[in-house]
Amino acid sequence: MSQEAAVFGETSPPGKSLYTPFNVIAGIILIVGFVITILRFTKGLGAVTNLDNNYPWGIWIGFDLMAGVALAAGGYVTSAAVYIFGMKRYHSAVRPAILTGFLGYALVVVALHYDVGRPWRLPYPFIMQQGTTSLLFEVAACVALYLTVLFIEFSTAPLEWLGLKRARSIVVRLTMVLTIFGVILSTLHQSSLGALFLLAPSKLHPLWYSSYLPVFFFVSSVIAGLSMVIFESTLSHRYFAHKMDETHLAEKEGVALGFGKAASLVLAGYFTIKVLGISMDNNWHLLGTGYGMWFLVELLGFIALPCFLYAVGVREKNLCLIKWTSGLTVLGIILNRLNVCLIAFNWHLPSDEKYFPHWMEIGISVFVVTAGIVVFRFIVTRMPILYEHPDYKDSH
Amino acid sequence: MEIQTLQDFFLHTKSITYILMAVILIGMTGFWLFLTDRDED
Amino acid sequence: MSVSRRKFLGWLGAAGMGTAFGTSANAASNKHFTGYPDSMGILHDISLCVGCRSCEAACNKVNELPPPEKPFDDKSVLDKKRRTTASVHTVVNKYDNAEGTKGPVFVKTQCNHCLEPACASACFVKAFAKTKEGPVSYDPSVCVGCRYCMVACPFNIPTYEYDSAFSPRVMKCTMCHPRVIQGRLPGCVESCPKEALTFGKRDDLLRIARERIRKHPERYVDHIYGEHEMGGTSWLYLSNTSFASIGMREDLGTTAAPNLTAGALGAVPLVVGLWPVLLTGVYAMSKRKEKIAKEEEAQAVGDAVAATKAEGEEKLSAALAKAGKDKDSAIKREVKKALEEAAKAQKEEAAEAKTEEDA
Repeated sequence: MSQEAAVFGETSPPGKSLYTPFNVIAGIILIVGFVITILRFTKGLGAVTNLDNNYPWGIWIGFDLMAGVALAAGGYVTSAAVYIFGMKRYHSAVRPAILTGFLGYALVVVALHYDVGRPWRLPYPFIMQQGTTSLLFEVAACVALYLTVLFIEFSTAPLEWLGLKRARSIVVRLTMVLTIFGVILSTLHQSSLGALFLLAPSKLHPLWYSSYLPVFFFVSSVIAGLSMVIFESTLSHRYFAHKMDETHLAEKEGVALGFGKAASLVLAGYFTIKVLGISMDNNWHLLGTGYGMWFLVELLGFIALPCFLYAVGVREKNLCLIKWTSGLTVLGIILNRLNVCLIAFNWHLPSDEKYFPHWMEIGISVFVVTAGIVVFRFIVTRMPILYEHPDYKDSH
Repeated sequence: MEIQTLQDFFLHTKSITYILMAVILIGMTGFWLFLTDRDED
Repeated sequence: MSVSRRKFLGWLGAAGMGTAFGTSANAASNKHFTGYPDSMGILHDISLCVGCRSCEAACNKVNELPPPEKPFDDKSVLDKKRRTTASVHTVVNKYDNAEGTKGPVFVKTQCNHCLEPACASACFVKAFAKTKEGPVSYDPSVCVGCRYCMVACPFNIPTYEYDSAFSPRVMKCTMCHPRVIQGRLPGCVESCPKEALTFGKRDDLLRIARERIRKHPERYVDHIYGEHEMGGTSWLYLSNTSFASIGMREDLGTTAAPNLTAGALGAVPLVVGLWPVLLTGVYAMSKRKEKIAKEEEAQAVGDAVAATKAEGEEKLSAALAKAGKDKDSAIKREVKKALEEAAKAQKEEAAEAKTEEDA
């Protein structure tokens, strides 16, 4: 890895033109997204979404917010593992996880600006009137605070990049406090996103509605975080291997095996509490219905199966299997959030009244994810995320 | 001002609780620093 | 059959007690809320509604809503099931062949102004409030447009102005709150030609409803919809057919909305209070483990070094001892050799001396 490459970055490989296939496609997505953005803010939600009075929440909430927050959980999971549980062998995974977490939450806030009717009023619950009976108030407060925590945790990398040693050392001393705050705030908002739906028992299908919803969402956020770290590490290794230092490369296998083992264990626990949820509400007979089949697809194909595959991968030290399983698990988390928010929601309604996203809604979601990847690439190719800055090598 | 509805009751209790939570987080941090100040590391 | 005055008053008293059911704060407490006294409501007698839609027209006029696509006297509109929209606060729907009836049944739908509104519980900027007069009010000046209220409402009433780019509002029936405060009737109640709508104190309306059921048990289903549903609503309904067959859900339960999320909300302070303790504990334990592991490692290294040292010294002293021994035995050998040579020499001298003597 050359220091110069670290400074000049790699928007395109040195010597080649800016118009790589990725850049071209990303560029088109960004331009289309920009156009839809203008439409959204000049013509209103009705012009760019298929939201209606039966479906006030669409994929901007179901995917961008709900799945996005779950998948950004790698930040608190990894820093808890390393700093609270003392598992130093995963240290190289902390910075990429924090970066993914920070970008994830930042993008959730961006997506939120598209979804709410008056985004300039987003600070209102804090500065005008506090609707403290609402779980959404709690989600908003925790997400805002946690984004701040993530930003400070992430800031060590740009501070090192900019050579601001004093500021950097102040932030590093805050690591323990920030990590603990991060776990508290994450526990709260991850679970509360699930708890939002407790208010609508008549609208959410009984196989998904449970008084355990907050626990389900929290536990699955841990699974999502562990899997995203493996997933992101796989992709980074494919595209940014030249940025990785020896420690990172050496620890990579350990991270995949260790996190895969943890994910398998937590998936097993998640599977059990989902089954217990059915038994507590005596909903066995529902498994034979159409929605029941779909629930089983989620439970068996995206929870039980990855649990088993992770276990096999860990036992056989099969890194390839672990990597693919992490992708399957990530899809499963997204599926679960979409199920709770959109598919099993309003299950009573006839199919001609059901919601399917407008292509422009999909366009914005893709736009937001693409923007995230582009920013990720920018940061990872310039700042000490995948490697330790030589000036600060031993100061953790 | 008598509290007549469950909604009003929760509004009242949760508001106080949120403020307490903020105080607890800051207070706990201070207490933790106080407790671990003289640890040899 | 006549009822004694005493018995009748007794029944009224019991009915009154029934309305004092109220909502409980949580399972573990005795806290009990009965709502605002003198809270107003509306009784909708479905058996009297003829589907003339005068109420819809009045609502449109009073709230200055945009003119509808089809005029209010157009009855063909009733052939399709409608719901409230951003420009329609109330709709009348027609149900043919409802259970146990001959002709069509007409039902008016609008915000039920719940005693413990789910929308108020859901709103994170307190835009909704149950007023003491009875209506559930909405304040568009703080609304952020998150639409969680629309998710929360079990009756699917609130609508949103999705086509407004800069000032979209949540829209719903207001029970004509400004008119009610002035002592006037809500627009729909005033316009109903068949007295299918009665405005009054909720407690009084419940008494009236029970009385109607008692007087005409063959006409009414023995249930006042809204008495207990979702913890009770200000709109009460009497029907001549089952409520389920006229699009009114009977599976909503009687739990008030705030109680649905009370458990989850209650766990939040517990996490804030206990997580710092637990996490610090885990951290302390893992640091201690690390410290012990380091000490054991240092100990092991030290022991290994000492053992090697001791071994070395042992070898050295063994070698020295051996060297000493070798030296001793070498000396002994030399001495022995010398002695033997001396003895030999002596013997040779003695033998020489003897041969000299013999000669």
